[in-house]
Amino acid sequence: MSEPLLKVRGLALGYDRTDAVKGIDFDVHAGGVVTLIGANGAGKTTTMRGLSGLLKPRAGSIRFGDREIARMPAHQIARLGVVQAPEGRQVFAEMSIAENLAMGAYLEKDPAAVARRRENVLSRFPRLGERLSQSAGLLSGGEQQMLAMGRALMADPKLLLLDEPSMGLAPLFVEEIFSIVADLKREGRTILLVEQNAQAALEIADYAYVLESGRIKLHGPAQEIADNPEVASAYLGM
Amino acid sequence: MLAQQLLNGILSGAVYALFALGFTLMFGVLGVINLTYGFYFSTGAFIALYATHYLHMPIWAALPFAAAVTGLIAIVIDELLLGPLRRAKAPELSSLMVTLGATLLLYSLMTAWFTTDIRRFPPAVFDGGAFEIAGLRITLSQILIVATTALIVGALALLLQKTRLGLAVRALAENPDAAQLMGVNAGGIVRLVSFISGALGGAAGVLIGLNYNAIQPYMGEAMMLKGFAVIIVGGLGDIRGAVIAGLVLGLLESVTAGYIASSMKDAVGFLLLVLTLWFRPVGLFGRVAAKRA
Repeated sequence: MSEPLLKVRGLALGYDRTDAVKGIDFDVHAGGVVTLIGANGAGKTTTMRGLSGLLKPRAGSIRFGDREIARMPAHQIARLGVVQAPEGRQVFAEMSIAENLAMGAYLEKDPAAVARRRENVLSRFPRLGERLSQSAGLLSGGEQQMLAMGRALMADPKLLLLDEPSMGLAPLFVEEIFSIVADLKREGRTILLVEQNAQAALEIADYAYVLESGRIKLHGPAQEIADNPEVASAYLGM
Repeated sequence: MLAQQLLNGILSGAVYALFALGFTLMFGVLGVINLTYGFYFSTGAFIALYATHYLHMPIWAALPFAAAVTGLIAIVIDELLLGPLRRAKAPELSSLMVTLGATLLLYSLMTAWFTTDIRRFPPAVFDGGAFEIAGLRITLSQILIVATTALIVGALALLLQKTRLGLAVRALAENPDAAQLMGVNAGGIVRLVSFISGALGGAAGVLIGLNYNAIQPYMGEAMMLKGFAVIIVGGLGDIRGAVIAGLVLGLLESVTAGYIASSMKDAVGFLLLVLTLWFRPVGLFGRVAAKRA
């Protein structure tokens, strides 16, 4: 098997005196969808913040391609093509939808490339195109999630990090979001998906890691994890 | 008489606007109330004073020179005082305390060096005479004040609204984490904003020095109080609000001085401040804090 695109070893993260992530290992291969599932407080979002450089790791290594990024500032990690649609959307509420998308392509200086990506994002999320000049703060939660994903796609990421894209959304939107993730997968995007909705995540992913209290408890092909009786009772409500 | 009062009001209002603009930008983007800001005002005035006295610069060159040097000083002061606090994600109150302490220190040093004597620009600065427009006497330095303010306000609005850099500044102001995830170099933008704010404060100091031809270290302190009034009336962090509130304050002050009593002039700003806090605490253009989660 080829070298993974993202290779995490012994990653430990925390805030003040608490250890949120206690030395985890995982891989993401190019062109695949890997999911990190687990309960609230298991350390999923903390892991994402560590990968993006928003939180400095206490220990461990994160290799992206042939670069060590564990101690790199966030904006340089983004420059390498690791782009996150963060938990809670975090759109720029006071900016227009068009400006939010422009921010996604902040690092791309070629206007033709930006225009192409924008067209691609707007065809994927037609709702956004109808309201380009509207402030992002006025959008519903589901629409904000689409904007957050569209914004991340504007960067044409080599690795797309999706943190809880379905959190707090109405069922119809959840379905729509997951179908977009499935489209992205078909197009060959490499995605690391963090989700509380384990069932939906396991249906889409190739490989899954189960995070519990800051440690990887289980991992394996997504189908196997879904069939694991322990996972079924703890995360799938069966 | 009214026309003359209005002209005076516009002149001091323009300087208030310029000063408040830097202050509100610093607050809006960096999220700190930096009390050393008044010091930049005095610094700008002193640098222009020395540039005209000893380097024999004409005032139109001394003004951008003083603004740029003050901007650089502001970057250094911000990095020394607030850099460590930002990295430690310290609460807002700590930045207030640190800058308060630093302000006292900076003014004391400045007074020790320059004393509190009032200094004046060399007379050559005011050569160039005056114009008569519709019965009003307007000096060249007054034109410089209005032109500089209009130019800077226009350029800043253009930078923030129409450029990629401006977009990054606004993104960082609104959500520093998300902005960094999009590749914005937060440190770079912080330095840029410190520079612009310092330069605005410095430029305002030069212009006030020019308007009253009186320069001394504590001139920034009096201005700071008015700056606070202006940015609160205009809405904290709001650029348009700072400009409009600055002009309104300048006009109200000069009308008060002309028609009521000049001793009442300095009270106007604080009356405006209190009324704003009573009736519209978010300021003229402030948005009610209603961000969606």
